[in-house]
Amino acid sequence: MSRRLMNNPQVNIMSTDKKPQSTQTTGHAWDGDLQEFNNPLPRWWLWSFYATVVFALIYWVFYPAWPIGKSYTKGVMNTVEYTTAQGKHVVTHWNTRALYEQDMQAARAAQAPLLKALDQTSYADILKDAEKLKFAKSMAKVLYADNCQACHQAGGAGIIGKYPNLADDDWLWGGSFEQIQNTIKEGHTGMMPGFKGRLDDAQIDAVAEYVLTLSGQSSDAKMSQRGRQIFEGEGGCISCHTQKGTGNIAMGSANLTDKIWTIADVSAAKTALAKRAAIHQVVLNGVTRKMPTWKERLSPTEIKMLAIYVHELGGGK
Amino acid sequence: MKHETIETNAGWLIVLTLLVISVAGLVEIVPLYFIDDTVEKVEVDGKETVRPYTPLELAGRDIYQREGCYLCHSQMIRPFRDEKLRYGHYSLAAESKYDHPFQWGSKRTGPDLARVGGKYSNEWHVQHLTAPRSVVKESIMPNYPWLVKTDLEYIDIADKMRALKKVGVPYSATRQEFDNNVKRFGKEIAQELDINAAEDNLIAQAESKNYDGERDNISEMDALVAYLQVLGTMVDFSKFEDGHFTKFR
Ligand code: HEC
Ligand code: HEC
Ligand code: HEC
Repeated sequence: MSRRLMNNPQVNIMSTDKKPQSTQTTGHAWDGDLQEFNNPLPRWWLWSFYATVVFALIYWVFYPAWPIGKSYTKGVMNTVEYTTAQGKHVVTHWNTRALYEQDMQAARAAQAPLLKALDQTSYADILKDAEKLKFAKSMAKVLYADNCQACHQAGGAGIIGKYPNLADDDWLWGGSFEQIQNTIKEGHTGMMPGFKGRLDDAQIDAVAEYVLTLSGQSSDAKMSQRGRQIFEGEGGCISCHTQKGTGNIAMGSANLTDKIWTIADVSAAKTALAKRAAIHQVVLNGVTRKMPTWKERLSPTEIKMLAIYVHELGGGK
Repeated sequence: MKHETIETNAGWLIVLTLLVISVAGLVEIVPLYFIDDTVEKVEVDGKETVRPYTPLELAGRDIYQREGCYLCHSQMIRPFRDEKLRYGHYSLAAESKYDHPFQWGSKRTGPDLARVGGKYSNEWHVQHLTAPRSVVKESIMPNYPWLVKTDLEYIDIADKMRALKKVGVPYSATRQEFDNNVKRFGKEIAQELDINAAEDNLIAQAESKNYDGERDNISEMDALVAYLQVLGTMVDFSKFEDGHFTKFR
């Protein structure tokens, strides 16, 4: 409706109002004759408003509310109680962090018997106890999804060259419960230097051929023989991979004698040439990859449960 | 003053409206600046462990904001059990006291990042940021392939620190401010916070840690990963008993 229309005294826009007499106007007129009704607020609204005021007053008494100087009123509900993991009993005023501690305490209490039992039971005995094993594995499954899966993938499948497979029975750092536990706790860095500039292409090809021999996959005996000399001689491979090529779990050097590969994607290579090329790449560029430490993020019991979970993925020793 | 005076004077109307609508904000927010417990004290052996970002981390934080990572990631772990189980200890106010603006956020399309520091290796971050689906198959996070390829621009890093200093972040410009930082954070960290050495510090950290795995340049990836790796690592909660931070609320 245009302003002109509203101001036109001939058009009575208020004519639809049923009881124009009963309400007051605010008393002033705009633009000559434009007036404003002064309707009382609806009752339900007014009473709701009073109710919120009363609610606020009560709230101030019970909950932390008013600032006073450098502190604030804590409310009269000084009754939130909790016991910390270290056994300290605390009574404090109402606050969300205390409620959180209460929640944690309740969860601890519910799980305490099982967690304590896990803590005190050896790996071998947990394996024999179906209930404990089930509990540990179901807890660890969630932990694994939150913390490990982004690298080691679902089911521990890994990504060749990047994150090792945890479900096979080849272990860089050892596959016993204690060794797996230690790996998770402390983390590891897998490091093999690149041989770029130290060995030439022909030498690297030869040593790669010898590496294939170690797992019985070589197709060129003469080349392999030359490679062996480099492996044991100027390449210095034996200082890490050992004379037999079985690797050394003290330094996480891969076992080269099985047909399980963690860096060089030999299994996927179709031809003999491609197999050699895959190993060539690794020897040329070297490897550095890091397994983070978890002792700061996960509790000892959580690490123990994860060790069981990883061990039981299929390859535990 | 009569109602009419206010309604017929636009200037008065604006001033008084602003006053009325800011009351709630003033009453709720201003006291927090004066209450001692608002920002928790986090000291270990007499040194503050929550420190401002190093120049490289600061540059990374700017890239985090430029790329809009905060649109999908929060940095605020709330005090609930389920959040603790997934992300770790709840966030303290102290942990974002040098963040301007803070990155708490309220939208979690992806996981919270408040404690992502140290969770993954640098290599993982590089791979994940370049091509998230190469490590997390079902991820809906965008690829950021340009981060490794783009050189980090850092000529204005000292200016950025100076600007933050104006809003209270204790970067040091004078000898006296430096000495003060030594007292608060220890010598090693005080050196990182020295505006006069900003560029040298940035280069030194990028070269020694080599976050992106490429030696020949300092890329935006170096900075971003440096930033991600420090998130949530400044408070060592094992140094405080459970519930220590409850008394601040
Ligand atoms: C940032 C990626 C990453 C995350 C996250 C990660 N790992 Fe690893 N993990 C690695 C890498 C890389 C290696 C290989 C280290 C090497 O080459 O020596 C490894 C090695 C291991 C090994 C030793 C494998 C062997 O063959 O000896 C185990 C066991 C393991 N991880 C378990 C875990 C568990 C359990 C978690 C979750 C708590 C986890 N990892 C999280 C990257 C990761
Ligand atoms: C300093 C110790 C060291 C030396 C020297 C060394 N390696 Fe390695 N090598 C390792 C480590 C450690 C790994 C495993 C890296 C990882 O998993 O992160 C490895 C992995 C490999 C692999 C990959 C195995 C797989 O399963 O994919 C091959 C192939 C290999 N080395 C061959 C060689 C050859 C050939 C030489 C000599 C030219 C050599 N290495 C010298 C430590 C060494
Ligand atoms: C469209 C939303 C979206 C944007 C934008 C986004 N992310 Fe993500 N992010 C995700 C999702 C979803 C995940 C979970 C799946 C995954 O790990 O890729 C994730 C996971 C992550 C993780 C792993 C967290 C963990 O604990 O596993 C990191 C680190 C991360 N993002 C960093 C970043 C950074 C840095 C940026 C900005 C350059 C960014 N994200 C932008 C959606 C996003």
